[in-house]
Amino acid sequence: METKQALYKFCLRLADNNLILAQRLAEWCSKGPLLEEDLALTNISLDLFGQAESFYDYAAAIMETNLSADALAFLRSEREYLNALITEQPNGDFAFTMVRQMLVAAFSKLLFEKLTNSRDKTLAGLAAKAVKEVQYHLRHSKEWMIRFGHGTAESKQRAQFALNELWPFTDDIFLMDENDAHLIEMEISTDLEAVQSEWETLVAQIIHDAGLEIPDNPNTVTGGIKGNHTEHLGHLLCEMQYLQRAYPGAKW
Amino acid sequence: MVVHHQNTKEQEVWALLNQIPDPDIPVISIVELGIVRQVEITANAVLVTLTPSYSGCPAMYVFKQDILTLLNSCGYKNVEIRLSHSPAWTTDWIDTATKAKLKQYGIAPPQHPAAETETVFSNRKVACPFCDGNHTKRTSQFGSTPCKALWFCNDCVQPFEYFKCY
Repeated sequence: METKQALYKFCLRLADNNLILAQRLAEWCSKGPLLEEDLALTNISLDLFGQAESFYDYAAAIMETNLSADALAFLRSEREYLNALITEQPNGDFAFTMVRQMLVAAFSKLLFEKLTNSRDKTLAGLAAKAVKEVQYHLRHSKEWMIRFGHGTAESKQRAQFALNELWPFTDDIFLMDENDAHLIEMEISTDLEAVQSEWETLVAQIIHDAGLEIPDNPNTVTGGIKGNHTEHLGHLLCEMQYLQRAYPGAKW
Repeated sequence: MVVHHQNTKEQEVWALLNQIPDPDIPVISIVELGIVRQVEITANAVLVTLTPSYSGCPAMYVFKQDILTLLNSCGYKNVEIRLSHSPAWTTDWIDTATKAKLKQYGIAPPQHPAAETETVFSNRKVACPFCDGNHTKRTSQFGSTPCKALWFCNDCVQPFEYFKCY
């Protein structure tokens, strides 16, 4: 296994997770439940787009290709995307969006904290920056979990519904393949199984604080790491990639 | 703000860069913001090293363009801008004098990062930049730019912005 190729794929996966979730959040623009929340959702989206761009830039630099971040974002098709399935799930209602955000932000925070110790200095630097932003995203979504859970019967029911619906997609976030094994051996990446057990503790505490229940659902849906996606990703890409597909090479 | 001026040419470039305002907060310069990390002058080029502030901040594009335009117009024809990601940019690189400028401009300056994200519904106080009152509360963690949060002062009954710790 060549380190470069493995690191390229790892960076793409990180970037894809962020890009797809950022695109979902951007769909809320001008539709937020209140002005401050509209700003918050789009600010979080902007942070994630920015992080995605850095990881795409680094991926392109590793392979010494002329591929730009834009080409990686706009000219790959569905099967070439490596994002976790949870990030592509449709927004649903505000509770659904915020529960999804909490589940992903908890993962990103724990992963990026570990990657700050990567032997790859650029990856460590990008992770150190990302973790500062993700901490705010996590706190924001955590506060909403508590408001939902201790708000009205309606808000509690909607948050619990979102947790139940999203839970089967959570294992998929932590799957590893031979790329990860190689990067762990090189001390570039970290064991996602260990991240998963910390994530379970962190998320269980948040769910408990919100007075909600951890879903008792043994079903699991996986495939993101292999490029096997739910039907939703194709539709998302259609909209996101339209301009570059219709007008190749268009620039600001 | 980084200060390691080695020769007059480099000093001149630092002084020029210090004239470029942050497009979102024009009262401080990109040097005061702490994103300019290094200036090197070789036989035929100027190399400026930047550390990006917030990941998605659109101001980064403006910074780069402003640097090229200004240095080119001052006779530095061959300017190269490099990005350095490690260590990551932090609001700790904004010095006390610059923080005072932010406050003067009406933006509460960043406090130390450690206290920032530890608790939900934190009741930690940020002093109002207008009246110095401490009866303030966070309206939203996210504001008009990636670097700012929305706060409200109950003493002078005014909203204000807080430059968030990073």
